Amino acid sequence: MQIYLPIAEISVNAFLLFGIGGIVGFLSGLFGVGGGFLITPLLFFMGISPAVAVATGANQVVASSISGVLAQLRRKAVDFQMGSVLLVGGLLGSGAGIWVFSVLSAAGQIDLFVQLSYVLFLGLVGALMLQESLRAMWRTRAGQPPRRAHIHTWAHGLPFKMKFRASGLYISIVPPLAVGALVGFLSAIMGVGGGFIMVPAMIYLLGVPTRVVVGTSLFQIIFVAGFSTVMHAITSQSVDLLLALLLILGGVIGAQIGSRVGLRLRADQLRILLALLVLAVAIKIAFDLLLRPDEMYSLSVTGLL
Amino acid sequence: MRRWLALLCLIALPCQADETIVAGLSQANVSITTDFVGSEILIYGAVKRETPAPEGALEVIVTVEGPPAEMTVRRKDWVWGIWINDAEVVVDRAPIFYAIATTGRLEEILSETEDLRHKISIPRAIRAVGTTDEAEGSDLFVEALIRLRAARGSYLDSQGSVRLTEGTLFRTDIALPSNLTEGDYRVRIFLTREGRVVDMLERGIRVRKAGLEQFFTRMAHEQPLLYGLLALLIAGLAGWAASAAFRFIRI
Repeated sequence: MQIYLPIAEISVNAFLLFGIGGIVGFLSGLFGVGGGFLITPLLFFMGISPAVAVATGANQVVASSISGVLAQLRRKAVDFQMGSVLLVGGLLGSGAGIWVFSVLSAAGQIDLFVQLSYVLFLGLVGALMLQESLRAMWRTRAGQPPRRAHIHTWAHGLPFKMKFRASGLYISIVPPLAVGALVGFLSAIMGVGGGFIMVPAMIYLLGVPTRVVVGTSLFQIIFVAGFSTVMHAITSQSVDLLLALLLILGGVIGAQIGSRVGLRLRADQLRILLALLVLAVAIKIAFDLLLRPDEMYSLSVTGLL
Repeated sequence: MRRWLALLCLIALPCQADETIVAGLSQANVSITTDFVGSEILIYGAVKRETPAPEGALEVIVTVEGPPAEMTVRRKDWVWGIWINDAEVVVDRAPIFYAIATTGRLEEILSETEDLRHKISIPRAIRAVGTTDEAEGSDLFVEALIRLRAARGSYLDSQGSVRLTEGTLFRTDIALPSNLTEGDYRVRIFLTREGRVVDMLERGIRVRKAGLEQFFTRMAHEQPLLYGLLALLIAGLAGWAASAAFRFIRI
C-alpha cells in the first residue's frame, strides 16, 4: 500500500515503513536503546531527505522512549534526580545542535557532518562496547568474579557535588551536565536519542549502577528528543507526522516484543550483539565516505519561487 | 511599447496562424491525497485549418512545466581522503517538474532560435544565467541537475510519444510521478512546421494537496509550535498505549 507523505513529498510503501519501525523497535526493546541510529540512516536509503529523516526520527525516539520508560518505572529503575541534571545539559546541547544543523544545512555540509558523527560515535562506542563485553565474557568463563564497573575517576574530584539517592552516588553535577549536553547536541543533529552514548557514559564515566542506567537514560531522552522535535518543527517545518505515525506504530509494538525477548537472553551476549550492530552501521557509513561515489553531484531545492 | 507589440501580434496573428490548435486535458485539477501514486494526464486535440495544409510535415510538441524553484547543485570532491560536497552552483530558476513529449526528434522538428524564444527543450527551460563564473564547467552542473531530476522522474523526455493522426488529431499521455510537488503547472502545446512554431496554446493544471495531506502541510507551516506539540502528543499516546496494551495481554 503506497502512501504519500505530506512533508517529505514522496510516496512510499506504508508496510515497509511499518516494518522498519517494527524491526528497529524490536532491537531497541531488546537492547534498551532508542534505535534512532538505525531509523535515520534507513530513511536516508529510502530517499527521504536528511532534514525530514532527522526531525521525524527524533519524534519516533520520543514514542519508543516513553514506551520503554514506563516498563522501567514499574521496576523502579529510574533515577529522577540524575535524569533531571542530564536533562538540563541535554536541552542546552539540543538547542546548540538545532542551530548548527540549520547553519550546516544552508552550507550544504549537513550530510557530511551527520555521516562523520555517525562514523565517529558509533565506531567509538561500538568498539569500546565490544572490547569490554568480550573481556567480561572471558573473565566469567575463566571463573573470576566480574569486576565492578563503579570506579573512582577524576570526575569525582570536581566541585558542585550532589547526592543522587536512587543511584547511590555523591558526585559533582559537572560530568552529568556535560554528558547530557553532548547527547542533546547529537540528538538534534543525528536524529537519535543518544542512548548508545548515554548508557556507556553513565556506566563508565559517572559510575551509575547498571540497574538504573537504561531507565534514567530513557527518561531524559524523552525530553531531549521531544525538545528537538518541536524545535525542528518550528525552525525547518521538517517533521512528517504521517511518516512518524507509521514508524511509531511499528516501533512501539516491536519494542514491547523486543523487551520481552531481551529478558530471556544473557546480558553479556546482548551487549556483544549490540556492539556488532553499532559497528556494522558505522562501517557501512564510513565506506560511503571513503569510496568514490557513483554520482558525484547532488541536488537540493533551495527555494520555491 | 509592449501593449503596442501585443496589438500588432493580434493583427498579425490571423494571417500568420492558418492552423490553430484546439485542445483539451483529461483533468485540470490534480489532488494529492494520502493514496496518491502519481497521475496520468491525457492531452489531446486537433489542428483547425481554414485553408488546405501547406507544404512540410506538421509536428506537435507538448510540454508540462511545474512551478519554478531555485536549486543548488553540489559536486563531491576528494578532500583529506573522503568524498565531501565541495564546489556548488546555484541555478536561479529551474522548473520543479518538466515533461516534454513530441512527434519526432526535437532537433529535427524545432529550430534552435525557436527553442531559444519559447524555451521548449529541457536545457532551455532551465535558466542558469550568472552561474558561469561560480565554478569551472558550470555546464556540467546543469547537466547533472537534469540527470538527477530525470532520475527521480521529475524531468521526463519522451520524444516521439505524441501520436498525430492524418496531420490533424493528436494525443499524448504524461505521467505525473508520485513524488509530485503542489503548485500551478503549465501545459503548452506547439505546432511546428520545418522547425518554425506555427501556433501555441497554453493550459493550466492545478496540483494541490487535499484532505489529510493539506491539513498536515498547512498546519506544519502556519502553526509550527502546535504541530510540533501534536507530534509529541501522538508519540506519547502511542508509547503509552503500546505499553498498556502489552501489559493487558500479559495479564
